[in-house]
Amino acid sequence: MTLERNLPEREGLMPEYYKSNMKPSLPGTPLEEEDFKTHRVFYTTDIPKLQYAWDGGVAMGHYLKGLKQGKLLGTYCKKCKRTVVPPRVFCELCFKNMDKWVELKDTGTVNTYSICYVTWDMKKLTYPQIPAVIEIDGASKGKGILHLLAEVDPKQVKLGMKVKAVWKPKSEREGSILDIKYFKPI
Amino acid sequence: MKLRKVAVVGAGITKFVRRAQETAKELSYHATKMALDSCNMPLEEIDTVVHGTAPDAFDGVHMKGEYLSEASGGWRKPFMRSYVGGGTGVFAPINGWYLVASGMFDTCVVVCEEKMSSCQPHPQGAFLTIFDHTTERPLGPNLLWIFALEMNRYMQVHKIPREQIALVSVKNKRNALDHPSAQLGAELTVEDVMNSEIMAWPVTRLMVSPTSDGAAAVVLASEEVAKKITDNPVWISGVGWNLDTAYWTNRDLYYPEYVEKAARMAYKMAGIKNPKEEINVVEPYDPFAYKELHHLEGLLLADKGQAPRITAEGITARDGKMPSCPSGGLLGVGNPIAAAGMMKICELFWQLRGEAGKRQVKNSPRTGLAQAWGDLMQVGTVVIMQREDK
Amino acid sequence: MNQNVAIIGIGYTVPKPKTPEVSYKEMTYLAAQMAYKEAKISHKEVESFVSVAEDLHEGTSIFDEYTPDQLGAVQKPMHTVSGDGIQGIIAAALQIMTGAFDLIVVEGHSKASNMVTPTHVLNYALDPVINRPLNINPHYIAGLEMRAYMQDSKTSEEDVANIVAHNLTKAALNKLAPHGTKTSPKKVLSSEPLFEPIRKLHMPQTSDAAYVVVLASEKIAKKKKVKPVWIAGMGFCSDSPTLETRDWVTSISTQIAAEKAYQQAGIKNPAAEIDVFEIDDSFGYKQLQHLEALKVCEKGKAKDIFVNGDKQKLNLRVNPSGGTLGVGWMHEATGLHKVLEVVQQLHGKKGRNQVKKAKVGLAQGWRGLPTTTCAVLILKNQMATSGRNQNRKFGG
Repeated sequence: MTLERNLPEREGLMPEYYKSNMKPSLPGTPLEEEDFKTHRVFYTTDIPKLQYAWDGGVAMGHYLKGLKQGKLLGTYCKKCKRTVVPPRVFCELCFKNMDKWVELKDTGTVNTYSICYVTWDMKKLTYPQIPAVIEIDGASKGKGILHLLAEVDPKQVKLGMKVKAVWKPKSEREGSILDIKYFKPI
Repeated sequence: MKLRKVAVVGAGITKFVRRAQETAKELSYHATKMALDSCNMPLEEIDTVVHGTAPDAFDGVHMKGEYLSEASGGWRKPFMRSYVGGGTGVFAPINGWYLVASGMFDTCVVVCEEKMSSCQPHPQGAFLTIFDHTTERPLGPNLLWIFALEMNRYMQVHKIPREQIALVSVKNKRNALDHPSAQLGAELTVEDVMNSEIMAWPVTRLMVSPTSDGAAAVVLASEEVAKKITDNPVWISGVGWNLDTAYWTNRDLYYPEYVEKAARMAYKMAGIKNPKEEINVVEPYDPFAYKELHHLEGLLLADKGQAPRITAEGITARDGKMPSCPSGGLLGVGNPIAAAGMMKICELFWQLRGEAGKRQVKNSPRTGLAQAWGDLMQVGTVVIMQREDK
Repeated sequence: MNQNVAIIGIGYTVPKPKTPEVSYKEMTYLAAQMAYKEAKISHKEVESFVSVAEDLHEGTSIFDEYTPDQLGAVQKPMHTVSGDGIQGIIAAALQIMTGAFDLIVVEGHSKASNMVTPTHVLNYALDPVINRPLNINPHYIAGLEMRAYMQDSKTSEEDVANIVAHNLTKAALNKLAPHGTKTSPKKVLSSEPLFEPIRKLHMPQTSDAAYVVVLASEKIAKKKKVKPVWIAGMGFCSDSPTLETRDWVTSISTQIAAEKAYQQAGIKNPAAEIDVFEIDDSFGYKQLQHLEALKVCEKGKAKDIFVNGDKQKLNLRVNPSGGTLGVGWMHEATGLHKVLEVVQQLHGKKGRNQVKKAKVGLAQGWRGLPTTTCAVLILKNQMATSGRNQNRKFGG
C-alpha cells in the first residue's frame, strides 16, 4: 500500500520519495517552521503535567540540612579511605556502609568550567553563566560538586583556581543546593 | 567457551532531518521495512524485536517502547526495549546479539528511532531532566554544560589547541556529503568552525551535532540462518559495554575509562590483541567534535592526548590508514540520539561488504568497530564487526 | 537451552505504601546487601547488571544513569530494560545462556509514592493524536477490557468481586502485602463506581519497594552451596499497543509467552504440573483472563474455579500472596515481587500462605495500562528436565 499525501506541492521541493516513476530516495520528509505557520501540516499539542516529590532519604536529607546550616557535608569510607561529596550512605566501590559524616570546608578548586551563552532552549543569555566542577576542600582529591561561578571575569577563570562559596543569608536558606548562591575566587 | 555466532545480514536507514513529517511510528516502520527488504526477510521469520530509543521526553510519549513496538515489527512477538541513553544505538544490537547468541532465538530485527522535534520549544529542554533532581537540577543546567566541562578538561589536561579539535568537524561534515541520509553535510574550513557562534565555551556551534528525527535498523541472524540468507554476512565478533558511577563530579573527565573497559571487553571477545593494527575502520561516537578524539583514545586506538595528532596527520581520513567516521558521523549525518549509533552499525555493515558507494574506504577493511556513549558521560558501548572471510 | 540458569539469591524491602525514610538508591542498596548475602557473593564477582525502569515513573530522563552505584556496579556492564521485572530477569538469563557470563544481578524498584500526578503520567502513555485529546482518565481502558471479557466469557460482576475479595482477604495473612484487608464480594460491589464496571476496590493501590535478584549459571550455582531455584522456562510478548487494534478479550501476549515457556519446561498440563501461580490480578478480572491465557483452564471457565472450588484446588494455588491487589502495583517491580513470592513458596517459607510441597511455580507479569505486554517465568527447585509429576498430591 503506498502512502498517499495531500501535501500541496511546494515549488521545487516535492519529496522524491513519493514520485512514482523515479527510484525513491530514502524516506524522511523535512518540514520547516513555515509548514506549521501556514497549516500545511496538521499537528496536536500537549503540555504534560508531570510532578514528582522525591524522598530525600538519609544521605540527601543530611546534605540539605547541612546546607541550610551553612555547611557542606561529605561521608568517609574507612576501607578505601575516600571522603566523598555529594554524600552517600553507601560506598559504591567497597559496597558497604560509609563510616562517618565529615564537615567539609566551603572552599575548593576549579576542576573544569565552561562559559555558557545560551539557555536550555537555545536563547541568548544577557550575562553568560559559568558552570564549574569544584573540588571541595576536605574531600578526597577529585571529589567535587557542580555549581556556578560568579563575581569573576569569565576570561580570568582557570583550572586550579581557588574559590569560596557565597551563601544566602541564614533566613533565606531552605535546605537546597541553591543555599549557596555561587562560588567566587579568593 | 565457544559462543554462538551471530551476523548482521541486512540494514536500512531513513533520512535524518531536523523535523520530519513522518511520525515516530512511520520512521520506525520505514527503517524496519528497509532492513527486512534488504535481505528479503519476511516479518514472519523474525523471532524477536529489539527497539532502542532514548528518552521518552522527546517524543512526548511515556513507555515509548510499547508505543513503537508494532511499528518495529513487534506485533505478537517477544519485544524488548533497552536503553543506556546515548549509548543505545550501539547497545541495541548488543541486546539483539545476546538474544540470538543465547540460543533462544534465531533471528532478530534491531530498530533504533528518535523523533526529537516533537519536544517544544527545543529538544534540548528534555535534557534538563537528566540531571540529579536534588544536587543539580535546581541550578538549571543545560546539556551543553556537560560537554563543555568535559571538553575543557580534556583540552587543558593535554594542552590541545581548539583548532585541532575543529579539524574533526571539517572531516566529518565533508564525509557526510556522500551519505544519502545526511542532514548537515558541508564543505567547511577550520576557520569556519572556530568563528561560528560560541554556545558554551569552548564549544562553538559547528562543533555540535544537530538534533534530528530519524531511524535505522539491522537484521541479525544466527550462523545457520545467516548462511542461507546471504553469502556475505557481517559477523558480530565482539561486544562490550560499561557503565560508570552516576557521581560524575567525582571523576576526572579528561579520559573515558568506561569506554576503555567496554572496548577491552569487546577486544577480548573478538580475540583482538593489537587494536591499532587490527581495527581497519572505526565509527566512534561524535556528538561533539572533541568526542571523536576523546573516544579514539578511550578505545585504545590512539595514545592519550594523541588523537588530535593522528587526525591532523590524516590517519583518520577516509583514505587514511584507519578511517574514522567515514559515514560523516553525528556531526555530518545528524544526531537522532539512538538512531545515530545504529547509523554507525549500518555504516560498518556496508563498508565491510564493500557497499558504501562514494563513502567506501580504500583499505579493504576486514574488521570495524562502532562505539556509542551516553548518560552523564557514563556509558561506553562497543561492537566489533568482521566481514566473512573468503 | 544452552545452559541452566538459577536464582541463587533474592533481596528485597518490604512493600509499603510510602517510604519517606529512604531514597530509591538507599532502598535498592538495602535489597542488594540482602541479595548478595543470601547468594554468598561479593559485588565484585558480578559480571553484568540489568535494571528495569521507566523514566516517567522516576521523574528523571535517562534514568539508567542512576542505577549502578547502589548495586556496587560501578564500571561494570550494566543496562536498563524498559520492561517488566520478569523481562529483566529473562534478559539476564539470556546473557548467561550465551556462555559469556556466569553471574548477573537484576534490579527493580518502585517509588510510586513519589509520583504526584500518576494519572497524568499514565495519560502520557496514550497515543497523543488519536486518544489523548479525548481527555478522559485513562483507567477507562481497564473498564473497556473488563466489560468485553465479562461478556465474552459470561462472567458476572459478582464473579469478579469474588476474586477481589478473596485476594484482598488472603493478602491480610501475607507479611509482604500492605494492602491486604478482610473484605467480602458485597463490599466490593458496593464500593464507589469509578470506570464502570471498575469500582474503587477493584483498583490496585501502589506500593514502594526494591528488589534485587542474583542469577547464576549452573557452574556457579553449584559452587556457591546455596539453595538454587532453577529457571525451567521463560517467555515474553507484546500484543498491539494501539487501543483500536488490540484483542480486548484475550491476553494474547500471556498466551504466546506461556507457550514458549511451557515448551522449554516440557509442560503439557499446566494445572497439574505447576504447583503455585503468582499472576497479575489487577482489577480482579485480569486474574481470570490471565489464567485462561495460561491454559490453566478453558476459555470462560476461570470463574468456576473460584466460585465452586475444584478438584485440583486451584483456588488455593493461584495468588496465595494476595496478588497485585494485596501487595500493590509497583510498575516495573511488580513482576519481581511475583518472582519473590514464587521463590519463597519453593523454599517453603510462606507460613500461612504456603502451598504445600511446592516444587514448580509460575510467575506472570503484566506491564500495566495501557500496554499489552506480558512475561512468564517458570521456576523449579529441582533441576529435573521434565516438569511432569503425575502423582503429586494436591495440597493447599
